[in-house]
Amino acid sequence: MKPSASQTWPLEAPDWILNGPEWLNDLGYDFYKSFVFDDRYQMYIKGLGNTLLLTLLALLIGVALGVVISLIRVSWDKNHTEMQGPGRFFLGFFNALAKVYLTVIRGTPAVVQLMIMYFVIFASSRNKVMVAALSFGINSGAYVAEIIRGGIMSIDGGQMEAGRSLGFGYVATMRYIILPQAFKAVLPTLANEFIVLLKETAVAGYVGLTDVTYAGNIIGGNCYDYLFPLLMSALIYLILVMFFTFLVGKLERRLRSSER
Amino acid sequence: MSADIIQAINLEKHFDGGDIKALNGVNASVKKGEVVVVIGPSGSGKSTFLRCLNLLEVPTGGAVLFEGVDITDKKADINLHRQKMGMVFQHFNLFPHMTILKNMTLAPMKLLRKSQAEAEEKAKALLERVGLGDRANAYPSQLSGGQKQRIAIVRALCMDPEVMLFDEPTSALDPEMVGEVLEVMKELAREGMTMVVVTHEMGFAREMADRVVFMADGKIVEEGTPEKIFSSPEQARTREFLAKVL
Repeated sequence: MKPSASQTWPLEAPDWILNGPEWLNDLGYDFYKSFVFDDRYQMYIKGLGNTLLLTLLALLIGVALGVVISLIRVSWDKNHTEMQGPGRFFLGFFNALAKVYLTVIRGTPAVVQLMIMYFVIFASSRNKVMVAALSFGINSGAYVAEIIRGGIMSIDGGQMEAGRSLGFGYVATMRYIILPQAFKAVLPTLANEFIVLLKETAVAGYVGLTDVTYAGNIIGGNCYDYLFPLLMSALIYLILVMFFTFLVGKLERRLRSSER
Repeated sequence: MSADIIQAINLEKHFDGGDIKALNGVNASVKKGEVVVVIGPSGSGKSTFLRCLNLLEVPTGGAVLFEGVDITDKKADINLHRQKMGMVFQHFNLFPHMTILKNMTLAPMKLLRKSQAEAEEKAKALLERVGLGDRANAYPSQLSGGQKQRIAIVRALCMDPEVMLFDEPTSALDPEMVGEVLEVMKELAREGMTMVVVTHEMGFAREMADRVVFMADGKIVEEGTPEKIFSSPEQARTREFLAKVL
């Protein structure tokens, strides 16, 4: 339903604001314009939902991709001198592919990648959230891969030897012994990447996806006043980041206490 | 007829394209139930030799026969053979993210397909035997070095190995903890476990070894009974080394 001309440009605040103390009138009017009029608050809620959904999906894609890429890189670095035959060829091929991926993704801005994804590669798709999640996930995967690779390399070589000496293969040792320790070691860094990712999704508006930033931007444009709308966007991000930082801290303490 | 459980044939390990020869043609064999102690100066290749026996170090030449099978052969399933060769490391290498019990039951459950109850029962019995029955639910970081090494030994024993390889098991320990680890090893030897031990503990070698192997410069210089090696060594190199350490 499109609002009428008079509705898009309320000249006066409603009585319930004007009846209040006089010094609150201007502020109240701005507040009313930004959030209440035309149920504008609903746009922030929609934006919040999209931002969270986008970040969560991108995180899942990013971690999955990051684990695979980091394993390829580590396996190649540690084993290629001793490998032979087709196994060496395939691992070498995927390792080269992984290096190209890391270079390209880390060497170009996320917003350009997003626009290429939406306007070029998936030009026929109208599912903005899925395309953006894929784009941010692929972007994040490159950084997660390097974080996890660092974590794997920080684990003492004796752990791999101990696993192998018991009879575990390389993959099983990775799975049961190395990766759980590596994940624990990089959890704070990984959490930080999640928070960076949350804020990185703020460019989703470039493809017209209504996230928290885009909601503030649109509403600010509609009421010719950006102060409240953009402050609200910023506040939502701040609260989200503080909340997730708190959760991560709790998780970290729990993981650490299990070793004492 | 000898029942050689491990046979090393002309083992070579060269690094940097042959510039460094850690092992330079080592021939050795270990019989079932035998305790072989390998001694020698640092850099003599004794650790490399031991690590070649279960292929943690891949030899650049020669072969290792385990129970008559050439495990250096590309077609051999090394993981299967390693299940029967327990190894104890200088730095213990317990898994820090698991409890002691989990450390010990992981391999039997995943590789031997034992049930959790079965694996735990065996692990607890072994813990009891090394005097650590009350630490089953502790994490490695809560243990002393000597305790960690005893756990490392019983962790390997949980796989019911045919052979135990010890790579300087007491070198990283505080002096007062060496005894407790050696005691476990001695008990194991008395029970008839086949053991190959690289160590600087000459007392252990003298007391427990069926055979002492002296290595230097990537080769076996001399081998024989402890009495022979320690009392009347034939080679000048052996005498020189023993004069320094005894």
